[in-house]
Amino acid sequence: MTKRIRLATIIVAATSISAVLIGCAASSGSSSDKNSISVVGFSVLKTANEPVISAFQKTDAGKDVKFTTSYGASGDQARAVIGGLHADEVHLSLEPDMTKLVDANLVDKSWNQTPTQGILTDSVVVFLVRKGNPLHITSWDDLVKPGVKVITPNPASSGSAKWNILAAWAHGRAESGSDAGAATFVTKLLHNTIAMPGSGADALASFVAGNGDVLLAYENDSIEARAAGEAVDYLIPNDTLLIQNPAAVTEDASPAAQDFLDFQLSKEGQTLYAKAGFRPVIDGIQTEVPGVENPSDPFPKVKHLYTLDQDFGGWAKADPEFFDENSGTITKIISGLNIGS
Amino acid sequence: MTTAVLSQDTRAVGRGRSGVRSTLTRGSALGLGIAMVWFSLLVLIPLAAIVATAGEEGWRGYVDTLTNPQSWAAIKLTVGQSLLVTGINVVMGTLIAWVLVRDRFWGKRLLDLVIDIPFAMPTIVAGLVLLGLYGPKGPLGINVSNTRTSVTLALAFVTLPFIVRTVQPVLAELDADVEEAAASLGARRLTTLRRIVLPSIIPAIAAGAALSFARAISEYGSLVLLSGMLPYRTEVVSVRVLSFIEGGDRTAAAALATIMLGVALFVIVALDVIQRRMARRG
Repeated sequence: MTKRIRLATIIVAATSISAVLIGCAASSGSSSDKNSISVVGFSVLKTANEPVISAFQKTDAGKDVKFTTSYGASGDQARAVIGGLHADEVHLSLEPDMTKLVDANLVDKSWNQTPTQGILTDSVVVFLVRKGNPLHITSWDDLVKPGVKVITPNPASSGSAKWNILAAWAHGRAESGSDAGAATFVTKLLHNTIAMPGSGADALASFVAGNGDVLLAYENDSIEARAAGEAVDYLIPNDTLLIQNPAAVTEDASPAAQDFLDFQLSKEGQTLYAKAGFRPVIDGIQTEVPGVENPSDPFPKVKHLYTLDQDFGGWAKADPEFFDENSGTITKIISGLNIGS
Repeated sequence: MTTAVLSQDTRAVGRGRSGVRSTLTRGSALGLGIAMVWFSLLVLIPLAAIVATAGEEGWRGYVDTLTNPQSWAAIKLTVGQSLLVTGINVVMGTLIAWVLVRDRFWGKRLLDLVIDIPFAMPTIVAGLVLLGLYGPKGPLGINVSNTRTSVTLALAFVTLPFIVRTVQPVLAELDADVEEAAASLGARRLTTLRRIVLPSIIPAIAAGAALSFARAISEYGSLVLLSGMLPYRTEVVSVRVLSFIEGGDRTAAAALATIMLGVALFVIVALDVIQRRMARRG
């Protein structure tokens, strides 16, 4: 008899706690408000977006629109949205992350049918070096010389690393004329790599702390680091890869979200992004950019600019070909390095 | 975290009783119910989910993970470094606890307070501090960044408090009379230490060692900036798991996590067995 009472007590206690917890979970779901925009973006946008948002709120379309923002590693952000994080607009580092959202039916298939092919911000892969460029690094070939210490994030965990490695690959292929030559060049480059941090931000922190001679980085990250007063210089090699960051409104986005995306793509929006170090995706933007190497020509034209679409057949082809967890070309090169043994 | 310590207490109490008759009153039944629900929600169900995810590809998931040379290198590095650091902590942690309990010196209270800082600090900050001191710009002229030594250093830093904090209270409770008695009966200092002091603190050392090892194999934050995360050289398991998740391969991530779960369980049980043997002999 007493035993049964005890059992009953346990069950009552268990169910009541569960009920309370489930109640909490249910009430925390967020709802989409007509006049609010939830922006989910990759980490660098945190500072770049602030002036864009406040400028939008001064326009007729943006009056009374409230913003919530979330920034983090691009892949993490895409996964968070798939996992239920509410987003009206997503602005990611690279297309494969957007494809994940399309596959999850959160973003319409036609997201890239726009005048800019769904791209909101551009940048290029550059070399970040110590102030004054003490090792006189000017080209990709300088990076594979013996003793040069290179840092690039790990392509297995970082989107920015994929841009870096593909830029090196494109250079190696242009130089040698073959994929085998490209593989040799990338292997040499990775041999000179002394650290592979998990993300572009971690890599920058490691470099600023004194590690390495050269950091492969986004041009906009480098500009921001210099604008923040770090003792670094960056240089744009003669041939490098165009970085393209896609953005889209989600399927159940608030009406204001499309207005915001239009504003971001407008002359005013693109000028503000240019000030933060991003290359404009539309023509005719003239502005001062704090932190650039040459203020009279903030975004110098690259002699040979590789693009994912022309040189790699697009991300849909390149991502599995190079970065598949088991069979990707780069994955295999990193596996074959066997640095420790 | 404190399960190792707690389970010893209950065992000691349980041993005195005959049989395993339930002693639950209504109040304690409520307590047990709440404890079990809480424990299940936080620990048991998530762990079961990981094992289930890892099992999605059957044994292949585990075999693939173990035969992947990069993952295997990460496992070897993580377990090896964790064992090394736990060994260092057993010696240094006990020594620090001894000094804190038995000796009187200027700044003792401060040291006692500071011991917990590696535990309280966000680990990424710990990594940044270590990089500042033992990195390329360090004032000491010692640069260990991006080497295996940096992994040892970071793990030793974050696991330092565990053995100190488990041994300290036991040492403080230890009756000095017994040692004096041993000394008056002609036992040398070393003999007293070996026969009287050590047997009493071994359970605490073992519990601390288990915590220290478990903490070390899961470390991530302090290594982010310090170790360079180079595959085959300084890449630890947690970094490898992150790579799998970022790459969208959750099964491999869960398989690797489950393997580490097994390693942790093995070491904790092994330490418990050692400690019980020692306790029986003492």
